[in-house]
Amino acid sequence: MENNISLTLKVWRQSDSKAKGGFETYKLETVSTDSSFLEMMDILNEQLVGEGKEPVAFDHDCREGICGMCSLYINGRPHGPDDDVTTCQLHMRKFKNNETITIEPWRSAGFPVIKDLIVDRTAFDQIIAAGGYTSVSTGGVPDANALPIPKDDADEAMDAASCIGCGACVATCKNGSAMLFVSAKVSHLALLPQGQVEAALRAKAMVGKMDELGFGACTNTGACEVECPKGVSIANIARLNREYLSAKLKD
Amino acid sequence: MSNLLSSSIGRKLLMSLSGLFLITFLVVHLSINLLLLIPDGGEAFNVAANFMALPLIKFGLQPVLALGFIVHIAYGAILTAKNNKARGNNKYASGNNTKEVMWASKNMAVLGVTILAFLAVHMVDYWIPLQITHAVGSVTIGGVEMHDTYSLVAANFQNPLKVVLYVIGSLGLAVHLTHGFWSAFQTLGASNTIWRKRWTVIGTVFAWVVSLGFCVIAIAMYACGSCC
Ligand code: HEM
Ligand code: SF4
Ligand code: FES
Repeated sequence: MENNISLTLKVWRQSDSKAKGGFETYKLETVSTDSSFLEMMDILNEQLVGEGKEPVAFDHDCREGICGMCSLYINGRPHGPDDDVTTCQLHMRKFKNNETITIEPWRSAGFPVIKDLIVDRTAFDQIIAAGGYTSVSTGGVPDANALPIPKDDADEAMDAASCIGCGACVATCKNGSAMLFVSAKVSHLALLPQGQVEAALRAKAMVGKMDELGFGACTNTGACEVECPKGVSIANIARLNREYLSAKLKD
Repeated sequence: MSNLLSSSIGRKLLMSLSGLFLITFLVVHLSINLLLLIPDGGEAFNVAANFMALPLIKFGLQPVLALGFIVHIAYGAILTAKNNKARGNNKYASGNNTKEVMWASKNMAVLGVTILAFLAVHMVDYWIPLQITHAVGSVTIGGVEMHDTYSLVAANFQNPLKVVLYVIGSLGLAVHLTHGFWSAFQTLGASNTIWRKRWTVIGTVFAWVVSLGFCVIAIAMYACGSCC
């Protein structure tokens, strides 16, 4: 049974958004190192249900790193000890036998806890709704030669568009700032001709909403890009600053 | 325009511009201080110091400098307070294990307060005697009577405690700028993947050259006493 480990879990339990909440400690005896972190959470919940206790509430959906729902803060890092992965892509082989794992919800004023490990991330939806789109349908995929786009721009737009809205950037930021997320959303559109038409309006509207919702200001620590599961670069934040400042100065 | 300065990016813009302004001030200040090291009994330094006390500079530029500091400190305080609020009251029990984040970038406010403390001592040591009480000796150079600023500086640097404080202040400044320099350009939007590396290198070299420059002056003045 070499690839089985036993674990002690310290899990944040909070019955609802108003409740105080606190840590509960659970023991898991045989967890395969081949399982994913969320499968380990499933094992924990089955154990809890078997004992007649309430299972731990946590967010998840695709379990393949594309939806951004899984949001656990594990041993001092969003999405745990591995780099460039979401929690659902994290494997238990990253942990040692008999290790104690502390599992917390994202903590930031912009992301209040709803229950246990689930936080309210509708603030991100509100920021998107404020301007993270093009107002007209841009149709199907045009012929590549119909609308020439420099390769570098296309690459950077694609990299920015890989943001899955998970919120790890906010969770890790000492300023509770959502700038990496907003900059990714502004950038992937600002770099492409279809998005450029509304670029100035978009930057103003999205930053305005971000500020209104109480997210912090960026002091360029770069923690967000280290923890971003998609490796979104803070070069996007420079671009957002550029877009926003030039839009405001033109007013 | 009006609500630019009440936005998060607008406030950072002021931090950045005031920070860059203070950086240019540092360059001027260091250049003049380097004259202290010329072994001419302080003549060149006294002439430069006298030039900086000209009414045009005293009443024209000094308020601008003061404003630069006030804007930087006030907005630094607002920024820090707002960001702490955005972070929220609930701390992570498992702390923060994110690697590869520069220490300076997370401690700009603390480093700023170190510089502020140093600034306060500096005002008491120089600004008050030179510009308010005029409790300084005078010398005549080239037929012009002026404050003997050199002797004031030399006397201050005979106090080892002041030398140590001066060095600590300068080192705090260096660390503040190792992050502040590149950060200012990032805030202005004048950065990307390539320029980020360039600004960081330029900023780090700049920060340490300036800081060690100030340190060397303080230590040299202490070591050679009034002999040179
Ligand atoms: C000669 C003295 C100083 C210089 C040259 C300087 C320079 C800078 C620069 C260039 C920045 C980066 C701005 C940006 O990121 O946009 C900065 C940030 C900052 N400074 Fe200073 N500063 C000085 C003194 C102070 C003082 C006295 C304080 C506070 C008491 C202070 C507090 C801060 C804070 C809180 C930040 C924000 C951190 C950040 O945005 O990264 N600084 N400073
Ligand atoms: S920028 Fe990265 S960390 Fe932030 S929401 Fe997008 S994918 Fe998540
Ligand atoms: S569950 Fe979809 S990204 Fe993890």
